[in-house]
Amino acid sequence: MTAADDTGSPRARMRRVAALVRKESRQIRRDPSSITIGVLLPVLLILLFGYGLSLDVKDVPVAVVLEDTSPAALELAAGFRLSPYFKSVEGVSMADAHEAMLQRKVDAVIRIREDFSRKLTNGGATVEVLLHGIDANRARIIQGYAEGAIQMFNARYTDHERSAAGRRGAPPPGGGGRRGGCGAARYTDHDRAAAGRLAAPPPVDARLRKWFNEADDSHYFLVPGLIVLVMTLIGAILTALVMAREWEQGTLEALFVSPVRVPEILLGKTIPYFGLGLIGLVLCILSSSILFHVPFRGSVLVLCGASMLYLLVSLGLGLLISSAVKNQFLASQFAVLLTFLPALMLSGFLFDLRSIPAVVRAITHVVPARYYVELLQTIFLAGDVWPVILPDIAILTGIMLLLLALARKATRKRVG
Amino acid sequence: MIAGGADKTAAPPKVVSIRGVGKTFRRGGARIRALDNVSLDADAGSLVALVGPDGAGKTTLLRMIAGLVSIDTGSVAVLGFDAARDPQSIQSRIGYMPQRFGLYEDLSVQENMDLYADLNGVTAAERRERYPRLMEMTDLGRFLDRPAGKLSGGMKQKLGLACTLVRPPRLLLLDEPTVGVDPLSRRELWEIILHLVRDDKLTAIVSTAALDEAERCDRALLMHLGKVLSEGSPEAIAGRAEGRVFLADPGPDEPARRLQSRLLDDDAVLDAVPEGGQVHLVMRQGCGPAAVGLSPEPALPRFEDGFMTLLHEAGAGGHAAGGAMTLARPPEKGADDVAIEVSDLVKTFGDFVAVDHVSFRVRRGEIFGLLGPNGAGKTTTFRMLCGLLAASGGTLRVAGEDLRVAGASARQKVGYVAQKFALYSQLSVRENLDFYASAYGLSGRARRDRIEWAMTQFELTELARVVSGQLPGGFKQRLSMAAALMHGPEILFLDEPTSGADPLARREFWRRITALSDQGVTVIVTTHFMEEAEYCDHAVIQDAGRILAKGTPAEIRARARAQPGGRPTMEDAFIAIVEEARARPHEKPVDKSGVRGGPS
Repeated sequence: MTAADDTGSPRARMRRVAALVRKESRQIRRDPSSITIGVLLPVLLILLFGYGLSLDVKDVPVAVVLEDTSPAALELAAGFRLSPYFKSVEGVSMADAHEAMLQRKVDAVIRIREDFSRKLTNGGATVEVLLHGIDANRARIIQGYAEGAIQMFNARYTDHERSAAGRRGAPPPGGGGRRGGCGAARYTDHDRAAAGRLAAPPPVDARLRKWFNEADDSHYFLVPGLIVLVMTLIGAILTALVMAREWEQGTLEALFVSPVRVPEILLGKTIPYFGLGLIGLVLCILSSSILFHVPFRGSVLVLCGASMLYLLVSLGLGLLISSAVKNQFLASQFAVLLTFLPALMLSGFLFDLRSIPAVVRAITHVVPARYYVELLQTIFLAGDVWPVILPDIAILTGIMLLLLALARKATRKRVG
Repeated sequence: MIAGGADKTAAPPKVVSIRGVGKTFRRGGARIRALDNVSLDADAGSLVALVGPDGAGKTTLLRMIAGLVSIDTGSVAVLGFDAARDPQSIQSRIGYMPQRFGLYEDLSVQENMDLYADLNGVTAAERRERYPRLMEMTDLGRFLDRPAGKLSGGMKQKLGLACTLVRPPRLLLLDEPTVGVDPLSRRELWEIILHLVRDDKLTAIVSTAALDEAERCDRALLMHLGKVLSEGSPEAIAGRAEGRVFLADPGPDEPARRLQSRLLDDDAVLDAVPEGGQVHLVMRQGCGPAAVGLSPEPALPRFEDGFMTLLHEAGAGGHAAGGAMTLARPPEKGADDVAIEVSDLVKTFGDFVAVDHVSFRVRRGEIFGLLGPNGAGKTTTFRMLCGLLAASGGTLRVAGEDLRVAGASARQKVGYVAQKFALYSQLSVRENLDFYASAYGLSGRARRDRIEWAMTQFELTELARVVSGQLPGGFKQRLSMAAALMHGPEILFLDEPTSGADPLARREFWRRITALSDQGVTVIVTTHFMEEAEYCDHAVIQDAGRILAKGTPAEIRARARAQPGGRPTMEDAFIAIVEEARARPHEKPVDKSGVRGGPS
């Protein structure tokens, strides 16, 4: 009759896996949610993290309160006006500035008191920089910019004075900056120390550039870190969802009663989503180098190898979760809790693992994403450092084998 | 055909041989005995029906034969293979269609078939020979490129069947293949099944809750709560009611359902259903028809009569005693006689016309039926009547108002039971009733009384603390009805209340509806069970959005073609009416494409 030859032969198995892969690929293409999670979300994350969530601060609104109208004071104000980091509003009273600060229309107030130019010539000139301190991180960055702008003024002024002194023979006075957190009226010792440091300007140009380049640093670790999120999304969450859907809609029940074996079903799920994961990987790598110019010091081969390994770990987790709960809603909840959130919070992607409590740090050892993030950061920023790469690869391989074995064990031709 | 130890000997006499199997499931803390000492033999080339109410164990037994459920006790041998030790050998050789099709909805008809052909190792040459035959059999040839999810229920079933047949299986297992399928498709599906068994000598086991389907099988296994009540030919099972089946005529102005309701109250009567304007009744053992004070004519026993007799003997409430109920406060007789008036109602979703110029009128205290297959537009019509959906055209009046724009007082007159269980699954029975009572503004003593009334009338008292999500289907339905009646509405809307219900639950349900109607409540109900039109005062038949027929059950039945030997049934009438409408060329053609018509 028409029935197949031996259904257990390797050729028959391969044919069935191919049929399942074909089916799955068609479903991915037609299902908007697969495309959304697999392609659209990575792109969105890249753009969001790349452009939105950078530690770079530009066009900080500041109010410059000019109580002194001497050329020196005007020059200092111009320094803020012309800086790309600030968007300054001039000609406001201190009361207006205070109000604007309260309404958070400005993030900082630069106050140049009326005795500024007098003190500048006599020594001990100060500029008050009042920062909006609610977002501590942002305040620290703005502080850096403000200090830079003042240093720039100092440098110019010193040059100017030196050349003037060369003509007049007078000693150069020191300019100074002083700042305080908004809402904290008193100046702390730390503030004073900082002000004191500013009062004696170091050689300027080189340090300034280094200082401001910090902004690009955030992309350097954010964009490679994105790869871990994208791999987790596709590998674990999407796979858990589509597998749970098959349990829920009863399609697996029909599939079970055919010559198909369980490993073939798992392979038929793994292969297409592995491919989708690779697309996400390529998108991330391309964007990191083309859009954000992240340096890449390791080899692409090692990066791909490590990523495929982590993708398989995620797929194993996704398959295991879906086989355990067999329900789309629960599968998505578990997948987010067990894979995505740890990859975001406990992998070293957002928070440095050295600076978190020891108990939490101990937990991170069972988070596969942790090893992958370490691999990514090493490969991107440091190069192929084998003493770091090899142990991580070994651990991920172990986790992968364990998860895939568990998924195989949890998926059985049983319903009800 | 297949290399394997079991096939070397001559074909085994029994394709399936089940000996004393038992199966217990654990759900939460509870243990459910799904199968209890069940035995079954299926001869090669025979058609076996598994029949029984919900929870009888039909699906579990089929899954066990397919090797999908572990066996606690007993043994299952299929095609000579042990289902416990070697399920894969069975799974490689049989065809199985689960209740939920098992189709990939975003794949096309062709792609679904190709998938199963690939999985079963069907070669290209075999496909060229096999596909045209399957297409001819199922009439799916026109829809090869259509996604399976966009097929009608009947078409999906046919495709599911075709997928299991791409490689001729040695055994075909079909789990409730006709649930949710319109009468026309149901008839076609059965023609295919019978053709496969009679002409292709296939062995098939089919589970069903539709008792008329069991009549067409060689053997039937009657199951109840995991146990086998009886096994034998349908004739033998029908014979259990021999000499106890009668047809009684109601009084001149009495609807058949009222006589049926009265007969059910009589201890001498085992079962009664309205049928063709008369009441078909089964007397208890040793009771003559004289016991009910009538002189009915004897009738031939049907499978259903034997089924009810056996259920009754098993102590399974073969008598639909439940369902008699009284209202605490019957609705007052309104001034006007018309409860619902609909004229030229239209609803479109984009290009799709879900409801196409529908007009009808429902009088107070009437039971009004909206009949039609899935996708006919019944639910859409309903939602517009209840003010849940804006009409695209036409007018409608419910208790004199359009609920879409009317105030709360108008809505107070209406109760609505949705098709799906719409109460809070995590709340207990009492908590749900409490919530609905307060939602309708009842408080204090009035609320307590009302909840008490509902629990007594719907026999829910013992289940007051049970979390409603864990109630069996029939009880969920009672609770939904109780919640909808909390505020004493004049008009009750019920959307597909009997869908998926077994014969026992359906009798009980109609009993309640009859009682409500007798006490003045207007009931409007949708159903795809055509025979349920017999309970209605008036009914309309809807198909593809249009009303094809309206009138009393007798008027609708009169449009059926004469059947050889026996009166035409409501289903015959439906098929005749739909076929006639679809054949009429001068009218706008009804969509014959098999597309499911959007929300129905």
